[in-house]
Amino acid sequence: MLLAFDTATSRVTVALHDGDRVVAAYDADEAMRHGEMLAPGIERVLAEAGATVADLDGVAVGVGPGPFTGLRVGLVTARMLALTRGLAVHGVCTLDVIAAEAAREGGDELTVVTDARRKEVYLASYGGGRRVWGPEVVRPEDARLHGRVVGRGGALYPDAFPGATGPEHPSAAVMAEVVQGGEVELLPAEPLYLRRPDAAEPGRPKRVS
Amino acid sequence: MGRTLPAWHDPPVSSPLVLGIETSCDETGVGLVRGHELLADAVASSVDEHARFGGVVPEVASRAHLEAMVPTVERACATAGVRLDDVDAIAVTAGPGLAGALLVGVAAAKSLALGLGKPLYGVNHLAAHVAVDQLEHGALPDPCLALLVSGGHSSLLRVADVTTSVEPLGSTIDDAAGEAFDKVARLLGLPFPGGPHIDRAARSGSSVAIDFPRGLSSRRDLERHRFDFSFSGLKTAVARWVQAREDSGEPVPVADVAASFQEAVCDVLSRKAVDAAVSQGIDDVLLGGGVAANSRLRVITEERATPHGIRVRVPRPGLCTDNGAMVAALGAEMVARGRAPSALDLPADSSMPVQQVSA
Repeated sequence: MLLAFDTATSRVTVALHDGDRVVAAYDADEAMRHGEMLAPGIERVLAEAGATVADLDGVAVGVGPGPFTGLRVGLVTARMLALTRGLAVHGVCTLDVIAAEAAREGGDELTVVTDARRKEVYLASYGGGRRVWGPEVVRPEDARLHGRVVGRGGALYPDAFPGATGPEHPSAAVMAEVVQGGEVELLPAEPLYLRRPDAAEPGRPKRVS
Repeated sequence: MGRTLPAWHDPPVSSPLVLGIETSCDETGVGLVRGHELLADAVASSVDEHARFGGVVPEVASRAHLEAMVPTVERACATAGVRLDDVDAIAVTAGPGLAGALLVGVAAAKSLALGLGKPLYGVNHLAAHVAVDQLEHGALPDPCLALLVSGGHSSLLRVADVTTSVEPLGSTIDDAAGEAFDKVARLLGLPFPGGPHIDRAARSGSSVAIDFPRGLSSRRDLERHRFDFSFSGLKTAVARWVQAREDSGEPVPVADVAASFQEAVCDVLSRKAVDAAVSQGIDDVLLGGGVAANSRLRVITEERATPHGIRVRVPRPGLCTDNGAMVAALGAEMVARGRAPSALDLPADSSMPVQQVSA
């Protein structure tokens, strides 16, 4: 069985695929609580399917780009679960999952934009069933758009992305299906941060008066 | 949601094999203990990545924790000669500490617990600094007085049972002691983290060369803050003294400044710790946290405690600084005493109160 999850957006999404179909799924839209929601979510989909971790033979995890703190929850969970059970871990670009779901709903010429905070979005463009641009982090007004626009960024920046539609967040059920179906690029389970940490080297100590 | 993992065996196992994870700051620590026996203490530090910033950068620390987690767990298992499947329970620092850093450890611990089908214990970082001494000096006396001093904490605690009863008697009202060491080191042009460098420089200096202030030690301050600390004024006094020297074109006597500063910190810490023990009728003082690795603090605390018949316990320096063994030690004690494990929705709590030993 393949366990899939993504924590790179404000959603925590978990799904279990038995080789034929998705047999259990769990989505929680509680931003800032990824660390609390993911492990119980995994426990829940396993229980719902009457499965245990011993039934798993692979893990697929969203590698972002997305807000770092939540992103790391998914990655460290996948890596440790793989370590305990000797499983393969497949990384999947979070934007690819949104694109896959959007493409099913009509037309695969599209651009995915998600919330990168700080008045920026994560962006990737798709055509012919694959990613043709990105992922990158960009200001909405500087975004190069290709086809229709989907993803949470559309709701956040309607002026820059008028008429955006489709899924706002990734679905682990879709991730599990496209991984099983070999319809998505598999990446190492490494975070796509796309930004360096904010930190400035200090100057000389300030004078005291 | 909120269900706990399989409940612990009844009766409790006396010498459980516990894996502990610590990620509250810049050390990725993974320890393995069996009861009071230390089997492995693997630590990956990102301190070198922070040094040029003069302090720990939370995002840099969090990234390093993610990268170090799997290799550090593997190294701990290899050192201890155990397989993950042999572990009886997983313990993890749930707080206090840097939120993003804690979360990497907590998520890792949950995943281990889930993958291995073993109970999870989310514990308090400060209580773990106390529990670690059991690995070196055996069971903790009941009660004991703990002085915990590090870059993030400076607290006096009355510990009756390290798994349930940790009572704060006092703490710093501004900077932590270790923070003062870092800031003074920077003034003196010494590298980060400052503690070991000041300790080394102080050895060739005079501790009475400069009379730096002792925070919260006047009669009036003692009325309200008998067991509290303040290091901010001391740091400013050192900055003023160094600046006056530089302004007058004279060289700064680094060794003397280091020794006199260190003496001011250790004087107050040791005096208040012994006073607290005497006033509480406690015969054992325990030092913990990174500053407990300071050579002068150990000596002066013993000098002051001995006339009162008070014993001083100090873990070796490697166990005073942040590590996973201390978390495993507290986890093992929780298991041995039959304490309830944590739920899988355990949050990381960056401001976890010291009284809360587990979550």
